[in-house]
Amino acid sequence: MSANNASDLPGVSDRLAFNAMRNWKEKLIEGLLLTAAAISVLTTLGIVYVLVSESIHFFQNVSLFDFLTDTQWTPLFDDAHFGIMVLISGTLVSSLVALLVAIPMGTTIAIYLSEFADSRVREVAKPILELLGGIPTIVFGYFALLVVTPILQFFFPSMPGFSLLSAGLVMGIMIVPYIASLSEDAMRAVPMSMREGAYAMGSTKLYTAIHVVVPAAISGLAASYILAISRAVGETMILAVAAGMQPNLTWNPAEPAATITSYIVQVALGDLPHGSIGYQTIFAAGLTLLLITLMFNILGQWLRAKYRENY
Amino acid sequence: MKPLTTEQIRAVIAKGKFRDNLFKAMGVFCLALALLVIVALIADMVIKGADRFTLDFFLNFASRRATQAGILSAWVGSLLVMLVTALAAVPLGVAAGLYLEEYAKRNWITNLIEINISNLAAVPSIVYGLLSLGIFVYQFGLGQSILSAGLTLALLILPIIIVSTREAIRSIPAMIREGSMAVGATRWQTCRYHIIPYAMPGILTGVIIGLARAIGETAPIITIGALTFIAFLPPVPYTEISEGVNAGLFDWVMSPFTVMPIQIFNWTSRPDPAFEVNAAAAGFVLMAMVLSMNAIAIYLRYKMRKNIKW
Repeated sequence: MSANNASDLPGVSDRLAFNAMRNWKEKLIEGLLLTAAAISVLTTLGIVYVLVSESIHFFQNVSLFDFLTDTQWTPLFDDAHFGIMVLISGTLVSSLVALLVAIPMGTTIAIYLSEFADSRVREVAKPILELLGGIPTIVFGYFALLVVTPILQFFFPSMPGFSLLSAGLVMGIMIVPYIASLSEDAMRAVPMSMREGAYAMGSTKLYTAIHVVVPAAISGLAASYILAISRAVGETMILAVAAGMQPNLTWNPAEPAATITSYIVQVALGDLPHGSIGYQTIFAAGLTLLLITLMFNILGQWLRAKYRENY
Repeated sequence: MKPLTTEQIRAVIAKGKFRDNLFKAMGVFCLALALLVIVALIADMVIKGADRFTLDFFLNFASRRATQAGILSAWVGSLLVMLVTALAAVPLGVAAGLYLEEYAKRNWITNLIEINISNLAAVPSIVYGLLSLGIFVYQFGLGQSILSAGLTLALLILPIIIVSTREAIRSIPAMIREGSMAVGATRWQTCRYHIIPYAMPGILTGVIIGLARAIGETAPIITIGALTFIAFLPPVPYTEISEGVNAGLFDWVMSPFTVMPIQIFNWTSRPDPAFEVNAAAAGFVLMAMVLSMNAIAIYLRYKMRKNIKW
């Protein structure tokens, strides 16, 4: 290092200037970092702005009452009808099928991994689940249409080539990893002393898991189910590929139907002019989708707050 | 109540054990089912697409004739979109994560940002497509370009990168910061020379997982109206695109494009079964990309857990 003569050291005013400069730079950097963090808020504002502003144009042409009560969805025909229930029915039926697969399967895997499996099984199982969760949804869509549908048709020859059922089943498999890993985290957070208490009373592992661990972790389980519902409602490609894109007001999973998301894809694939009513419908549909997911999220937060247990 | 006899107690225990084992079997069965789906998926695509794994498949453009169609424009498009996504999302995500962990005071702004990030993670991806269609494509006039798609996916994976950055930073003990500041480093110097380097493996894991998610995303890119039939590549910088005109360094970002998932969607939704084969082969290529990225991330995390001991 350089000599430590007093004359080599910078003067007081130089050091003050240096400090001022440094403080200024620190402030600047902090400001830049805050801006980056604020981008996420801007994203939300952008989403709300785009959906609401285009939907306002839409609702100037279509009354809200028709939108909610009409039983046909034919926005691109001459005889245009805008009954969103048609798309909502497809969304709900496919989501329900998915959840009927994903919730039992995901919860069973979570209980097994957290309460029964030893660490070696867990080391293998977790990456498998992660890989399953990482498969692109378009590949799942391919799988639903070209593998699962033919299998279903083999057992039920009357099944059509597109159906909510095969899309929903595959969607369920897709969601399993989310439920399994979040529920497992919640159950592992339950303190060991509670399990030991149950064992000391003579409980079996299964009894402890179901009557002690699951109730204690119920808020985490609920949160994972809610996330699964959001995923299912917002899932697009599996439905666009395997469920057909015909609007169809039905509660029967064996039929083809359009969902909110697959309708948006269908319109985007065509070439609709910016500003036309057809263009506006996808924003109204998107707003409906966002409100549905928002509703479930609020429900989830409420459930979590209500059943939260602290140890 | 009469006390149970030894036999009855044994029976109760045996029943409990039987139920335990039954449940264990169910757990293993469910896991096996998950594994079976992965294996069936991959096997199906490999068997169906086997004929198409030739060099030509990677070097041909999409075509009306199934046997001559390839994925050149799709994989080039995917790589370029990922490049834009990474360039936009990584600096923003890391900066946001750094701010929230190291700088943010506990006030309403911080709370707002945190709640917002966790809610954004639950927004369906197609809604990001609508956002981008309204803002990037029409408001900013970026058109149906690589830039629009890259920015859309960047916004989509931002929460993933922010969350993993924060987790990585949070695992660095306070003594590192105290040591750095004790020798006179400013907050930024502490971040620049200590926090970011030590958090790097964790950040990298998050970035890879985010990009693996982005490369498989189809819905938002279809929503912005990306074409499905593209038989050309974006202009290479400084090469001639038309008589006497050279492409600029960044001309490619404004080019129309297609990506792997859209190409697969296009082939899957055609009634002609000959295209199924192409969809299978392209699906396998996409899966291989995504799974290898995920495998790298899983490996990195595993490595990290083994090596770092503070």
